[in-house]
Amino acid sequence: MKIKKYLLALLLSSSAFLMTGSLGAEIVMSAEAAVASGDELAGDYLALLEAQGEYAYAFDFFTTSMLWTVIAAALVFLMHLGFATLEAGLTQSKNTVNILFKNVFIISIGIISYAVIGFNTHYPGDFNGWVSFGSFIGDLSGPGMDTFDYGGVGLAMTAYGDFIFQAMFAATAATIVSGAVAERVKLGSFMIFATILVAIGYPVVGSWHWGGGWLGGLEGGFYDFAGSSVVHAFGGFAALACVMLLGPRAGKYVDGKIKPILGHSMPLATIGVFLLFLGWFGFNGGSVLSANPAGVGLVFTTTALAACAGALAAIAISWIFLKKPDLSMALNGILAGLVAITAGADAMGPLASIIVGAIGGVLVVFSIIFFDKIKIDDPVGAISVHGVVGIWGTLAVGIFGGAVFMTQLIGTLSVSLAAFIFSIIVFGILKATIGIRVSPEEEAEGLDIGEHGQEAYPDFASSSR
Amino acid sequence: MKLVKAVIKPFKLEEVKEALADIGIEGMTVTEVKGFGRQKGHTEIYRGSEYTVDFLPKVMVEIVVDDADTEKTTEAIVKAAKTGKIGDGKVFVIPVESATRIRTDETGSEAL
Repeated sequence: MKIKKYLLALLLSSSAFLMTGSLGAEIVMSAEAAVASGDELAGDYLALLEAQGEYAYAFDFFTTSMLWTVIAAALVFLMHLGFATLEAGLTQSKNTVNILFKNVFIISIGIISYAVIGFNTHYPGDFNGWVSFGSFIGDLSGPGMDTFDYGGVGLAMTAYGDFIFQAMFAATAATIVSGAVAERVKLGSFMIFATILVAIGYPVVGSWHWGGGWLGGLEGGFYDFAGSSVVHAFGGFAALACVMLLGPRAGKYVDGKIKPILGHSMPLATIGVFLLFLGWFGFNGGSVLSANPAGVGLVFTTTALAACAGALAAIAISWIFLKKPDLSMALNGILAGLVAITAGADAMGPLASIIVGAIGGVLVVFSIIFFDKIKIDDPVGAISVHGVVGIWGTLAVGIFGGAVFMTQLIGTLSVSLAAFIFSIIVFGILKATIGIRVSPEEEAEGLDIGEHGQEAYPDFASSSR
Repeated sequence: MKLVKAVIKPFKLEEVKEALADIGIEGMTVTEVKGFGRQKGHTEIYRGSEYTVDFLPKVMVEIVVDDADTEKTTEAIVKAAKTGKIGDGKVFVIPVESATRIRTDETGSEAL
């Protein structure tokens, strides 16, 4: 009812606008009067404003910021589709169902476990700086939780907004591992590992920085804006540990030679990277934690520049050293630029962000070749993109962003080492007990049939209809 | 009857089809196949590692014709599929015992 009245007023005023070419003062007044005179919507707005109490003056900024936060959260959610398609594209078609299944599971368990234990472990409030296990989030509404009181100007969102934005991040760490172990990991073992990683490993290590833990006590304070270390390097080095325990895919390294196992769809991989690029505007842009115009504008710019510089650098390097402009390397270059800028997206200008992204793009190509040489088989390049470049991005803030270099070094190495050791222990226990690798027969046949009894592309001569 | 089996370069399929239509061939079956002859394979690069592609994509055209039409069919295919470069493919002719049109039960030349 009240919406109808509002729409009518809007219609009246806009049709008048069309006829006269400008909004007559009289019509504006009558429209306003129609809305205001005893209209419930206007009353609701006043009540909402009143509820903000002394913060009523900041209400519009708060509303805008909260809106931006949930949009950013939705963009980070979209990154999971990006990861899923990138992974599916860079692996063989016989494992596509398995890849997609893992990604569906990870986003689901990631957000649920973040509610059950993760959020309050990640942000424990006062704690010893190392570990504090949280409990279920419970009801996050009520006084001090859903008003400007919750975080003021610096964290201009409600507690629910804060939760859902951070929850979208949490699953990312496990997704990074998923790509590196693709095409040979046993599904059940991976699901157990991913659950423990996102429920305990990620929030505990994350609390060292974002939860107000010990990394903040280092000289100058550890600086990692949106998580080059605490999200990406964490995921990358967890992936390295898992791949070391798992071994390479059958047929990848034969008689000391690298035999590439081709991804089955470069279009899917490309779609994935563009989705990740888009989602990253939410990942970094939302990490401003408000709609502060100066911050959001800068972060969008540095994020885009670094990604593009990463792509160009990877293209140039692969063209010169591999003699071909390799599309998959260009895609990894975009991601490398994005990972590299994530730590300092709000702390450096355009020129620095281009340099940081470009170095990320160079690093990622050499890193992928290096890991292949030492027989660390990573089908999607996750260890290089997220692990190696994550460290670079964190250090870069110590060079270009005014942070203390030694603090950055200690911080990023601690986070990476913690992820590595945590994963070696958890995945190692799984290896010793239920096993982490499918049988050679199943690997040859494909995990789609072996683990799921399904095919991703079943359209040729389907046997029973 | 004879089965004329031609392995040709994929981009030549359209020309071969038209050449066959011009001499009155009314049907054919084509398959995407891979293989190599004297042309051998070539090398490609994926994520920094070189690898050899031994089996190159080709198209196989299969046509069953009356004995009398065998020669002109082969000639038409060879003419249309030739580029003069290595890898143009081959044409085989194989005897066929019988042919039956499923819809009408016609057999032999009637079925073609």
